[in-house]
Amino acid sequence: MSEKQGAWPASPPAGGAPPPGEPPPGQAPSFGQALISAILDGNPVVVTILAIIAAVVLGGLLIAFSDPVVLHLWSTFFSNPGAAISAAWDAAAAAYSALIEGSILNPHTVAAAFHGGSVGAIFYPLSQTCSDATPLILTGLSVALAFRAGLFNIGAAGQWVGGAIVATYLGFGVSLPPVIHVIVCLIGGFIGGAVIGWLVGELKARTGAHEVIVTIMLNYIMYNLLSFLLGTPTALQQPGQSNLISPPIEGNAALPHVGGPPPQVDAGFLVALAAAAAVWWLLTRSTIGFRFRTVGANAGAARSAGMNVERTWADAMLVAGGLAGLAGAAVILGPLQQITFNSYGTYGFDGITVALLGRGTPLGVVLAALLFGALHAGGTNMEAATQVPSDVVQVLQGLIVLFVAAPPLIKVMFRLRRTGGADLTVSKGWNA
Amino acid sequence: MTALVAPPSLALPVSSTRRYVAAGSFILFGLIDILLFGLFAKPGDATFVFTAGGTAHVPELPLPASTVCYVLGAASILIGVARAVADPGKVWRRVSIGVVLVFFVISLLCWAYAGSAIPLNVVNLLQSTMNLSIPLVLGALAGCMCERSGVINIAIEGQLLLGAFSAAVVASAIGGLWLGLIAGSLAGGLLGLVLAWFAIAYLVDQIILGVVLNVLASGLTGYLNDRVLVPHPDLNTGNTFGAIKIPILGDIPIIGPIFFDSTIFLYIMYALIILVQVGLFRTRWGLRVRAVGEHPTAAATVGIRVLATRYRNVIMGGLIAGIGGAYLTVGSVGTFSKDMSSGLGYIALAAMIFGRWTPLGATAAALLFGFANSLQSTLSTINVPIPSYILLMAPYVATIIAVAGLVGRVRAPAADGQPYVRS
Repeated sequence: MSEKQGAWPASPPAGGAPPPGEPPPGQAPSFGQALISAILDGNPVVVTILAIIAAVVLGGLLIAFSDPVVLHLWSTFFSNPGAAISAAWDAAAAAYSALIEGSILNPHTVAAAFHGGSVGAIFYPLSQTCSDATPLILTGLSVALAFRAGLFNIGAAGQWVGGAIVATYLGFGVSLPPVIHVIVCLIGGFIGGAVIGWLVGELKARTGAHEVIVTIMLNYIMYNLLSFLLGTPTALQQPGQSNLISPPIEGNAALPHVGGPPPQVDAGFLVALAAAAAVWWLLTRSTIGFRFRTVGANAGAARSAGMNVERTWADAMLVAGGLAGLAGAAVILGPLQQITFNSYGTYGFDGITVALLGRGTPLGVVLAALLFGALHAGGTNMEAATQVPSDVVQVLQGLIVLFVAAPPLIKVMFRLRRTGGADLTVSKGWNA
Repeated sequence: MTALVAPPSLALPVSSTRRYVAAGSFILFGLIDILLFGLFAKPGDATFVFTAGGTAHVPELPLPASTVCYVLGAASILIGVARAVADPGKVWRRVSIGVVLVFFVISLLCWAYAGSAIPLNVVNLLQSTMNLSIPLVLGALAGCMCERSGVINIAIEGQLLLGAFSAAVVASAIGGLWLGLIAGSLAGGLLGLVLAWFAIAYLVDQIILGVVLNVLASGLTGYLNDRVLVPHPDLNTGNTFGAIKIPILGDIPIIGPIFFDSTIFLYIMYALIILVQVGLFRTRWGLRVRAVGEHPTAAATVGIRVLATRYRNVIMGGLIAGIGGAYLTVGSVGTFSKDMSSGLGYIALAAMIFGRWTPLGATAAALLFGFANSLQSTLSTINVPIPSYILLMAPYVATIIAVAGLVGRVRAPAADGQPYVRS
């Protein structure tokens, strides 16, 4: 019964010897002792880091033991165990170093820069990471904001589509002066997603329809709506095309690039950071945010305190939908420039994992999105360099969140004393 | 803990207005039958064919399209009016919904096939409905098994996917479709075990857990597909079960080819529907499972082992969903492809909720989704001015309407999703 140990404070052993890791009474703990104590106490940051480590180790095993060369050597393990183990290590190390080279820093570009190569190339992997993180920050914020109001938003994908459709329409359908056009498109994207989100909240408020099931259904409705609009020549379809693809947006509607040569980071990243700041302000400094958090913490108490719980659900889903819609706009106006029938990718579901890893706080979401953005960017490079399919990134993502969501497991794996603060309970069943 | 009470303004009118909402929607359907399908049908007959290859010949049925639409529309309106005036019993309420929906579909088909050179083969349409429904029904049954014991299972999607992958690989590598079927089932059960273990031992939020397991299953099968199956096509050969015709029943015209001439999966599905329905609602075991799902503390008080029941049910649910996954490969297309479950698990989840957590209701809802899909692919072969994407949306819209309480309030098992901690 390992999970029980956290519940009861361990009774001090008879004889009074202090448990290891804690300073004897009357002495100030040294920095090292404090650090060890913090790690053993398993605060949320430590748990998250350990979860990432555990996921990377498991992912490494998966990479190594699906490699044909490694498998062949392991079939002759007893004749040459050293070769088998080192081959497994090499396979995993090669994949992970390609992943890091594609997401953070490639040493070859640094060396090349010293020999007259491009300095900008050094920052290419980082810019790719930021670019991949942009929609994840926004969908992550969407899911996180709903979490804080006690709602589970599986529908970021559908809201993404709603925002992307409006942004694309405004992008190619109207002509406006430079800066204004892109701002109008972003606002349109926010509204497009907000309408879908609001519908969910309003249905829950009026009829009690569970948001999980409504958002799942709305995802499929929006996917089909997108295909329908892209297949209708008078709607979104590019003239003269039979494929499901829209016309490209106008130049004025495109998000401008920031910071020179590696043209990967566009202003969408800044929009996402600004949105994170705005959500932080909304949640911690505004009356609406207080309502969100109170309803999320205890809807019954919020009702007793005179808050309109139903109104709050609708408001929270409206903002959450808007953020996911903004993600759609950022992808269309940034890297894609036009929309196709499957542009929505996995942004919506990735947003859930980002929000969980970020523990529902805006800062956490940004950091988690940067981590997953790095995994995405690195995964592409890894697949190109070592032929390890980039789907392994999805496995890593899943494992990380699984371990973060189950702190007692991490506690057992790493023999921590206890795990604190990692409460990720959001749902109270279908009837709540 | 303060219970979440529905505000008084919402609690009451649902049942009193439901009658008028139902009546109104019946009349609306009738009006669509008349004004849209009846008036805009092309002149000529819509021909319905009831003969599938190899069975006794059944005469074709040419129907005057517009007239049929007018008659059925008028009948729907009459049913709506009757419904508004008097509230019949529970059984007739359901029958009336079914009748109006069937009238609507017949009108739609008359309109689509009016004057068309290609006749509509009803048997083929319903055959493919049954086949498309198999993974949905099995997934929904899996959901019933889990949720009746109080564990929310969003991981049906992942169980289908993992089941499909394992079935394809085992059937190809070892040879033997039955082994593939068993392997698929076991893979689903394994994911069920993981779900139960994390939900029960580590008290992880079950909705989060389900979503994460789906991500994991999708990533893992996608990775192994690219890494192992693509370079080794001999691990993904694509053998499938053949159709088995039930001796006497399979020869009945119309009904035979639809219900009694299919792969083993359809018969497994029949057996499981009966087993789960009877098991949950007619046996002592089922009573205990439902007690655990509704009030685990009370169940524990009378000596039922709550956690063991939950483990057992979630794993059994996984085994069922795994069979549904195996159908996707060894029962239908043969080869595994990335993310081939394509959201079926989520639709099965919706079917379970639509069917109010009962195996029979979930089956009916799953068949409805299957029919909508089958209808869409049938209509896409002829030139209908109705976009297939709009048709594909219909079941999802219907689900939203259903869970919004317009068709009837749905209520989950009371302890669904709540971890049980012994006190």
